[in-house]
Amino acid sequence: MKYSSQAVAKPYFIAAIGLFIGQILFGVILGLQYVIGDFLFPEIPFNVARMVHTNLLIVWLLFGFMGASYYLVPEEAERELHSPMLAWVLFWVFLVAGALTILGYLLVPYAQLAELTMNDLLPTMGREFLEQPTITKIGIVIVALGFLFNVGMTILGGRKTVVNLVLLTGLTGLAVFFLFAFYVPDNLVLDKYFWWWVVHLWVEGVWELILGAILAFVLIKTTGVDREVIEKWLYVIIAMTLITGIIGTGHHFFWIGTPEYWQWWGSIFSAMEPIPFFMMTVFAFNMVNRRRRDHPNKVAVLWALGTAVMAFLGAGVWGFLHTLAPINYYTHGTQITAAHGHMAFYGAYVMIVLTIISYAMPILRGQEAADPRAQVVEMWSFWLMTVSMVFITLFLTAAGVLQVWMQRYTEMPESFMVVQEKIEIFYWLRELAGVVFLLGLIVYVVSFFVKGGEREMASDVVADTA
Amino acid sequence: MSDVFTKSMARNIYYGGSVFFLLLFLALTFDTLGEIPKRDNHEALTPQVALGKKVWEDNDCIGCHTLLGEGAYFAPELGNVYKRFGNSTDAIVGFIKSRPVEGIPGRRSMPQFNLSDEELEAVAAFLKYASEINAANWPPNIQG
Repeated sequence: MKYSSQAVAKPYFIAAIGLFIGQILFGVILGLQYVIGDFLFPEIPFNVARMVHTNLLIVWLLFGFMGASYYLVPEEAERELHSPMLAWVLFWVFLVAGALTILGYLLVPYAQLAELTMNDLLPTMGREFLEQPTITKIGIVIVALGFLFNVGMTILGGRKTVVNLVLLTGLTGLAVFFLFAFYVPDNLVLDKYFWWWVVHLWVEGVWELILGAILAFVLIKTTGVDREVIEKWLYVIIAMTLITGIIGTGHHFFWIGTPEYWQWWGSIFSAMEPIPFFMMTVFAFNMVNRRRRDHPNKVAVLWALGTAVMAFLGAGVWGFLHTLAPINYYTHGTQITAAHGHMAFYGAYVMIVLTIISYAMPILRGQEAADPRAQVVEMWSFWLMTVSMVFITLFLTAAGVLQVWMQRYTEMPESFMVVQEKIEIFYWLRELAGVVFLLGLIVYVVSFFVKGGEREMASDVVADTA
Repeated sequence: MSDVFTKSMARNIYYGGSVFFLLLFLALTFDTLGEIPKRDNHEALTPQVALGKKVWEDNDCIGCHTLLGEGAYFAPELGNVYKRFGNSTDAIVGFIKSRPVEGIPGRRSMPQFNLSDEELEAVAAFLKYASEINAANWPPNIQG
């Protein structure tokens, strides 16, 4: 660790992993509810478990992004963090607010939670992924502003690298677009239109800037390739992200009461959205092949290559699969969407956070890289989680194709629930794959406790190649 | 990438491209906001429908159902449920009202939300309103 204030990243990473475990436990519960419909009913109905699953995902990824920023921004800016104290305060505020919100979901009926948190003063609850009570949303904005201030001051007062500026742009976009979470008009069409300004412009827009910046940082550190080369790639990738992804929002405007020209705009631009992900894959492999040093942290490089490949498959290929309007007409809102959502989130965002954790955590613990034995265990977790996620995606895709066929694309369409029972086998298989994912996650956690011959990091070992 | 293509060229494509397409998106949004009133069935947006949307949100219906294809995929599409239930708000009210508190053994079941009559009528009115939005002929058939 070059700057002592980078240490504040550690609690963020630990919190992220803790919430990740919670997310997956609820994922397994949800998968079981798909096949045993009354599992935990009425105590934890499906919608509540799903809220916990998706909200925990968002919150732990945000913890991961913040941890990543606190780690890499000082190193890039070549100075201490503006205020480690503020980072610690915001950590506890965010953790407590997040925990209380999740407990609120689980302990009282949702309508009662809305009442308790005085949702009527400024109703924002009850929309997908944005289920948090209004007070929590306000808390998120405050934490985001404090965080941006802290990171922004550090960047502006230090060396301004492309990695830092792109990261800051992504984080600022994240905060700005979240503000649309407070706009909930009675008009359903307008509601849906601007809801996507949070959801799409996050995950298919500004979050990709954050992803690109973190990936570039880890590749600079682990490969020793010239910063100029990596930064050029980063610019091209994020340029393609925004050129395709902003108008690509249109692929959500096909069937919600918006003008039909969006079927053209959305189809054409979102069909190009895989391009930046493909470039990211080429970029990652190219940099690793041209590496000028063999970094002892092999598993961090594995995660970096993994995220590039899986983001391309999940976000790129599985997104393209159902993004053209004539196809989406049949697949919209089916298990195809669920399949894409799972692999895209895992490949692009889960894996990039695990990449930076894998790279930074050993250094935060006083080693350049984890002991080789611990790395092998972590590699096992990489393969267990990644392969099981591929199977989750394949099983959901199979379920989705059958669902589309029986419920939509046939002379005699059958009702939703009848079709759900007919495709049950694929839900069982998905659940099985989900359990393997959970095992992989347990192995991941174990990898942090694998003891080997301690290799203390000499301060001069981490050669700064920048 | 070769030296012909420099970092500053890449940076310019990033800035220029992002700004251009962001502005294009805003222009399209501006046009969309002008076009939406022709399709969004806003004439039907009564205080009762607004209350119904509130009931819909306060009970997180989107956590199981899709509405115009968006939401969770655990329970049926409701954008056209009014039509599927024979153009009847009474049928919608009756269905929500009759959900067993303890669920159905082994099967998925909608929770009993204990809504008041006013709330039940409102949420049914909201679903009727939603079904009359011009969603480009989606869903493909009555099963949603």
